[in-house]
Amino acid sequence: MEVFLQQLINGITLGSIYGLIAIGYTMVFGIIGMVNFAHGDVFMVSAFIALIAFLILTSWLGITSIALALFIVLIVAMLFTSLVNWVIERLAYRPLRGSFRLAPLISAIGMSIFLSNFVQVAQGPRNKSTPPMVQGEFVIFTQNDYAVTLSFKQLIIWGVTAVLLACFWYLVAKTRLGRAQRACEQDQKMAALVGVDVDRTISMTFVIAAALAAVAGTMYLMYYGVVSFSDGFVPGVKAFTAAVLGGIGSLPGAVIGGLLIGLIETMWSAYFSIDYKDVAAFSVLAITLIFLPQGLFGRPDVEKV
Amino acid sequence: MAAEGQRVDIARALRDAGVTALIAFGLFLPLIGFQTVTDIRNDLILTTRWPLLFAITAIVGAGRLAYSFGFEPWLNQRALRPVQAAPSAWRSFVGKWFVPFAIGFVIVYPVIVIALNGFGGSVKWIDNFGIQILIYVMLGWGLNIVVGLAGLLDLGYVAFYAVGAYSYALLAKTFGFSFWILLPMAGTLASFWGILLGFPVLRLRGDYLAIVTLAFGEIIRIVIINWVDLTGGYAGISGIPRPTFFGIPFNANEDGFAAVFGLEFSPLYRTVFLYYLILALALLTAFVTVRLRRLPVGRAWEALREDEIACRSLGINTTNTKLTAFAMGAMFAGFAGSFFAARQGFISPESFTFLESATILSIVVLGGMGSQIGVAIAAIVMIGGTEIMRELDFLKQIFGPTFDPTQYRMLLFGFAMVLIMIWRPRGLIATRAPSVFLKERKSISVDLVKEGHG
Repeated sequence: MEVFLQQLINGITLGSIYGLIAIGYTMVFGIIGMVNFAHGDVFMVSAFIALIAFLILTSWLGITSIALALFIVLIVAMLFTSLVNWVIERLAYRPLRGSFRLAPLISAIGMSIFLSNFVQVAQGPRNKSTPPMVQGEFVIFTQNDYAVTLSFKQLIIWGVTAVLLACFWYLVAKTRLGRAQRACEQDQKMAALVGVDVDRTISMTFVIAAALAAVAGTMYLMYYGVVSFSDGFVPGVKAFTAAVLGGIGSLPGAVIGGLLIGLIETMWSAYFSIDYKDVAAFSVLAITLIFLPQGLFGRPDVEKV
Repeated sequence: MAAEGQRVDIARALRDAGVTALIAFGLFLPLIGFQTVTDIRNDLILTTRWPLLFAITAIVGAGRLAYSFGFEPWLNQRALRPVQAAPSAWRSFVGKWFVPFAIGFVIVYPVIVIALNGFGGSVKWIDNFGIQILIYVMLGWGLNIVVGLAGLLDLGYVAFYAVGAYSYALLAKTFGFSFWILLPMAGTLASFWGILLGFPVLRLRGDYLAIVTLAFGEIIRIVIINWVDLTGGYAGISGIPRPTFFGIPFNANEDGFAAVFGLEFSPLYRTVFLYYLILALALLTAFVTVRLRRLPVGRAWEALREDEIACRSLGINTTNTKLTAFAMGAMFAGFAGSFFAARQGFISPESFTFLESATILSIVVLGGMGSQIGVAIAAIVMIGGTEIMRELDFLKQIFGPTFDPTQYRMLLFGFAMVLIMIWRPRGLIATRAPSVFLKERKSISVDLVKEGHG
């Protein structure tokens, strides 16, 4: 019971990070129908930007308040990562819009290889570890000498994720941009006819996706305290799994899928084998797609002749 | 260079260059402007690289300016050029004689290399370039059956390559079977896995299929890593028996190849033998594919790619059609895998990562799906291009002795993938030769060929 509760807390934390990345996949897939393979690497780049911003703030500018530093790091990482993803969309995907389906996929795979190797060349191949940014924890209860704890950083991740998801939900559901996005998702040509700037909307989708990935990247850095150039692939694939599990194109689906994947992974590690935790996540993906191809909250895909 | 009647708007060009340079500055500011370094006390500290940042910004700005003045007018002018209906005489000549010439060239390639470099310097050129490229040509042709002909998007192709390699390595080490017995066995086992993994994903289409095959590829790799008793985990398997020349080993002993044929021992004989072996295997793949396209099953593959529903309503068994495509593609990957294990003498899960699957798929798509010549050209460009980066030592004289060109191999590889896709989204070869035709054989534009959706 104690172990279960502790893993539940860990799983929700991990799931929040996956959920934030998964939204990026699901939004981009929803609007232009491509699997943005580079998204995991955008997440990794954002973690590096956060690391550099954190070092500048603490060691150069001498900011001692961790809360203020984290807040600024979050904003900086979101801004720069958005710029990165905006440029990627502009250079690598926009020229291929309306072209045949595999072209953007290959372009995205190329971009993913490019990004991880760029970071490797620019920042070096070694793991970058920071001293713990946030320390301390609540002990929820102790039973049989096993303390179930909720650390402050987990609490921060929950809080930041919740606040950002609320902002994001407001953006998509209530604003002009969100309406334009949903319109483009349904029918780009029709949306263009009624005056929606489709190119701009798609660009903004990439910007929002990157901003959420940057939040995930900052949280990841804070939680694990270490990042390397190859850290984009596995979280990327798992977040994509989450998006598919939740039903690709569905925003609440992405979040719930992320939480489920995070829980499956931590529970599997605790009760079965930590070596095969990735197999568990990938098997869930395969099983979902085979028996429930539209995911938990997705619309069924109707084929017309 | 601006054409007559088209004036370049200088103010606009300068403004664009400025904006681009500004964006580049912002883009590279965090990751180029600052570098995280671990100092002596093992703490992470920051150093700055302002000169490099400003140099890159300036280069990007200048590049944008050059684009406005040189490339853009040229593109506009090219768009106005009338379309030529018939291909020029030179083009049809090249088209007719390219394949025989290319096959002739690859057959005499080791001879040319040895004539130019002598015995000592040739191993590198035959092994790193010849054999390495031919392995990818073969894998590309194998995957071309699944992706190019049947239109099934497979991102886990490297799994079958791994099955072939591990089958050969384990069976040869455990039971001592020879390469020639294990080659067909590895192919059979790989195609069995192709059917096994193909079966559950029959209902999936498009990107979903791609992701599930990616998941299968990763699952196989993780199992290989963790099943240490069988596969040795990360450490891999070493001391894999090398192939022999019909029973004669390539070593310096008395019964070795050199001694039997009365030659002086050189490691080059094995390399040349391996080169011809992979060449024969690759040509076999190509030949089988060409023949299969004329058989009912090959036609069913292409029909499936064009329209699955029409296929089904005409009574084609789509289940069998998809499974045969998976099995065929997997079989050739199994052949290539057992060759790879025999050539290296050592295999580990490092060789079977997702990056390999992505590389093979990109070779197929960059070359032009379904076009075998295109796949071969793409393999030469992408694999040969990254291998040649190892040879660019003269760059050290320009950029200083700390400059290491091999670091930039995969960086440029990824960049080239993006560029080729933007330049030619349908691949390098823009025509296809349909296997079924009315009265006369002619090639058609690639735009008329569907990409499949399953």
